[in-house]
Formats: sequence, structure tokens, C-alpha cells
Amino acid sequence: MLHLILFLVFGAFCVAGAVNLLVQRHPINSALSLIVVMASLAVEYLLLGAEFVAAVQVIIYAGAIMVLFVFVIMLLNAGEEESTKGSQVAMVLGIPGMAVGSGLIAWVLLTHSGTRAAQLGELPGTPKTIGWLLFHEFLLPFEITSVLVLIAIMGAVVLATRQETTAPHKEMGPEQLQRFDARSDFLSQATPGTAMAQSRKED
Amino acid sequence: MVPLSYYLVLSGILFACGVTGFLVKRNIITIFMAIELMLNGVNLSFVAFAAQWHSLSGQVFVFFVMVVAAAEAAVGLAIIIAVQRNRETLNVDRVNLLKL
Repeated sequence: MLHLILFLVFGAFCVAGAVNLLVQRHPINSALSLIVVMASLAVEYLLLGAEFVAAVQVIIYAGAIMVLFVFVIMLLNAGEEESTKGSQVAMVLGIPGMAVGSGLIAWVLLTHSGTRAAQLGELPGTPKTIGWLLFHEFLLPFEITSVLVLIAIMGAVVLATRQETTAPHKEMGPEQLQRFDARSDFLSQATPGTAMAQSRKED
Repeated sequence: MVPLSYYLVLSGILFACGVTGFLVKRNIITIFMAIELMLNGVNLSFVAFAAQWHSLSGQVFVFFVMVVAAAEAAVGLAIIIAVQRNRETLNVDRVNLLKL
């Protein structure tokens, strides 16, 4: 009974946060309501016995990712959303679409799935068991994930830094440009492929 | 005890909200947050199915989804910063160079 009450309370928090994310016009308000959704989802995970997932949800999602979002919103000084013709059409079609979609999913799930109840603490997803699984059965995916994160870090750095070295001609004066051209001539002569081609031409 | 379908209904509602936000919103950052909402809805269904089938693999999968979401957030927000720098707008209607 307590399980059901907790589920309903935090499920209501979840849905309220998700709807608030849609209604708010300022991105910072949407970000804060998304934090509410994620924190109450962590409680739902705890109810299902997934302790590790609940902790990671709070630390990574509600912590790291949302801090990144809020930081970018502040950095770009994102203001209120403008209302355009496209957004009004999307509003008119989207809100009924969401209601129909949710209703359809709920109806199919409630009528066609069994009434089997998930027991509280039936399947304890403690850090110990999850860690054992990660480093035995899922070792290869785990390592590939670390490579993915490394690539993502490098990609983020490359994308977010200002690219000043790609267009050298714009910022260089005439003398510097001449020197740049001279150096590129020197470089092309120094490369072995072109040197060989030239010597072959001389033969 | 809570029937499993209740968890799935909640996850479906979250996913539908995410899809709607993705379609309705015009601010690129809010669209990105709607994508995160969809990922969260799917995560909840993963955990619920893990509880039903007595298999911890579902929870490990949620962990991987979270890691991919973190990587996606880092790269996506860097792209948003680059868009803001080049186009000086966050409205997706104005990022239309590929349109005919």
C-alpha cells in the first residue's frame, strides 16, 4: 500500500514536471522542471529496487547533465522563446497529439498486459551485483563506452573552441602572407612524394 | 503492490511529453531537454522490465543509456554553442540554410 502511494505521489511529480517543461517559455524554467522529473524518477527506481540506478540517476542526470544544461543556458543568455507561425501550428497539432498518444499507450498497456505486481525490493540492484555484471558479462561494452566518452570529450572541446587557425589568410598582413606562401612552397618541395616526382620529371 | 503496467504507463506518458516537446518547442536547448525526457521515459521502462523478468541486465542497460546520454549532452551542447556563435540565434526556425 505504501508502495502504491509513493508510486502515485512521485509519478504525479514526474508528469507535472514533464508538462511544466512543455508549458514554460523560458529555458531555465524548463531545465528546473526537468530536474524535478529526474529526481522523482530516482524515487521510482528505488521503489523498483534499483538502488544503483537511482544513485546514478541523481548523480549523473540531475547532477552533471543538468548542471551542463543550466551552464549553457546562462552562457548563451537564452531568453524567452519567440512565438512564430510554425510554433503555433505545432502547438495546435502537438498538444492533442500528446494526449492521444499517451491515452493510446496507457489503454494498450492497461488492457493487454498482465496484472503481475512488481514486488518491493524483489530484485536488489545493489552496486555490488551491478558492478559484478559490468565487469564480467558486459566488460566489452563497458570498455567501448569509455572510448565513446573519450571521443565525446574531444568532440565537445573541438566544437566549442573558436577556430582561428583554419583561415590564416584573413588575419595575416601581406608580408606575413608572402612568408606563409614561401613556407608552403618549401614544405611542398620537402615532401618526399613531390621531390620524387620532380626528379622523375628531370630524368 | 504496484502493477507493472502502471510503471509502463508512466514511462509512456514521459515519452509522449518528450516527443511533444521535441515537436512543439522552438528553442534548441529546450528541444534538447525534451530528448533527455524521452531517454528518461525509456530508462523507466527498462528498470520496470528488469524487475518483471528478474534480470539485472536491464539495469546495466540503463547505465549504458545514461553514459551515452551524458556523451550526447556534452557534444550536443557544444554544437548549440557553435550554432549560437555562427547564427546568433537559438531559434530552430532561423537555422534553415539546408531548406530550399
